[in-house]
Amino acid sequence: MMERRSLLASILIHAAALLLAVVIVAPVFWLFVMSISPAADLVARPLNWWPSAMDFSRYATLLSSIPNSAGANFVASLVNSVLVAGMATLAAIALAVPAGWAVSRTPAISWSLSLVIATYMLPPVALAVPLYMALASFGLLNSVFGLALVYLTILAPFTTWLMKSGFDGIPREIEQAAMMDGASLFATLRIITLPLAMPIVATSALFAFLLAWDEFFYALLFTSDQRARTLTVAIAELAGGRVSDYGLIATAGVLAALPPVLVGLIMQRALISGLTSGGVKG
Amino acid sequence: MSSTWMTTRAWLLMLPLLIIMTAVIGWPMIDTVRLSFTDAKLVGTGGAFVGLDNYVKMLSSSNFQRALFATTWFAVISVTAEMVIGVLAALLLNQQFYGRAVLRALLILPWALPTVVNATLWRLIYNPEYGALNSALTQIGLLDSYRSWLGEPGTAMTALIVADCWKNFPLVALIALAALQAVPRDITAASLVDGAGPFARFRFVILPYLAGPLMVALVLRTIEAFKVFDIIWVMTRGGPANSTRTLSILVYQEAFSFQRAGSGASLALVVTLIVTVLAVGYGMLVRRTAGSAA
Repeated sequence: MMERRSLLASILIHAAALLLAVVIVAPVFWLFVMSISPAADLVARPLNWWPSAMDFSRYATLLSSIPNSAGANFVASLVNSVLVAGMATLAAIALAVPAGWAVSRTPAISWSLSLVIATYMLPPVALAVPLYMALASFGLLNSVFGLALVYLTILAPFTTWLMKSGFDGIPREIEQAAMMDGASLFATLRIITLPLAMPIVATSALFAFLLAWDEFFYALLFTSDQRARTLTVAIAELAGGRVSDYGLIATAGVLAALPPVLVGLIMQRALISGLTSGGVKG
Repeated sequence: MSSTWMTTRAWLLMLPLLIIMTAVIGWPMIDTVRLSFTDAKLVGTGGAFVGLDNYVKMLSSSNFQRALFATTWFAVISVTAEMVIGVLAALLLNQQFYGRAVLRALLILPWALPTVVNATLWRLIYNPEYGALNSALTQIGLLDSYRSWLGEPGTAMTALIVADCWKNFPLVALIALAALQAVPRDITAASLVDGAGPFARFRFVILPYLAGPLMVALVLRTIEAFKVFDIIWVMTRGGPANSTRTLSILVYQEAFSFQRAGSGASLALVVTLIVTVLAVGYGMLVRRTAGSAA
């Protein structure tokens, strides 16, 4: 049922929707336009709002692997970001699946998860100095392994919480039935619970990967060159440095934004379907 | 199966997580407390015990007071704006109009954009010589000459807040929209029959459903805003004239630029304390809101 609207209200609503769409899209679209505009267009006064020619060469520049070029630096940081986010995500999931299940099935220990989640509100600056000193003494500064380890401070509490709520949605009666039939706990988890939990594992892993992909503060502190510097730090350096071509900065931004934006658009469906398709299926 | 064994087994499954969390969060937290009572430098031998010196110096310094003010200003203004714009956007998206599904999908865009990319994007938009904002405002006649939006203490903080809002209001909007869609249709219909105007309807019929989820959004956003570092570091590095230097930026400078680990740690703990007090206070508020809604 829909309430009746006057023509004026309908026009206002559509105008507001259009305004909202423009506010959301315009900055992102401008980033893309800058990335494909000839350099001269970007230093014109007033600006050329539409590129005088489509110029995709910056994408080729940044993704080239010619040694010591801007591209080599960018590609190295891209690889570092994938490595750090990938390793941290795998480790976080490996910790979160057993812990999430344990808390979900054993309310007596749920306070320990509350404690872990409470660490989420700690500002990273509160841990940064000791972590820096510890990484330095283990030789893990400027290392993708060291950074991935530090990222567990953010990823592990978050994934554990997601996994716990995921396991809460899987009825323990199913597990009890399997164990009644003589399956061991390990077999029950492997054959019954984990397959049911796979969508939640995937969702948690995607979220964790995006969190790590986004991270800047620790990466800024604990990396110094190509061996470990991640994409966010590389982009911040480009933005703050003396790059004469603004289009190159914009291109780096578009490339770094592409994976999370795509995942976000795809995840939206997964999230909504996850919300609507609850309940035990026979 | 005995419940003791169940509990023991649960602890065993928790153990890897607890060990790692102790190593990367628990121990560093305790070490930060220890360092805050010393004059330790970032590199070199551990410093000497200096009691409460770091705290006394820090809390009485004008740098701290200005950073506390800047942080509070940033958090209050940006979170308020995000809540208001987010709720308005959700109310709009709860109406029927052409392209609603597309607009809702677009909301993901700012949210998914990495914070550093967002900061870089707005830095380009605010560019004093060739930025899109200067060009657009001059072209429509609102501005006579180009301005350095991020270079003047009078506009830098506002420019930052706009950039932060743009990225974060969609999250509030998505949370509020989910809550709005849980409002039963027959209740709004009944209030319409009873002759409630749009404002009365929002206040008495819709707001009770929104209050709980919005409180959660408010808590999360406020905590994030008080911890803010990335967007400010990339856009202004705390300048100009330290007008956008928030607490996290100040800790970074103290501990890493000036390598004063001891006083940096004491400052970091003060920030932690502020965030904790906020979180606990809000938590109690959330519980009360949830209680009154039930």
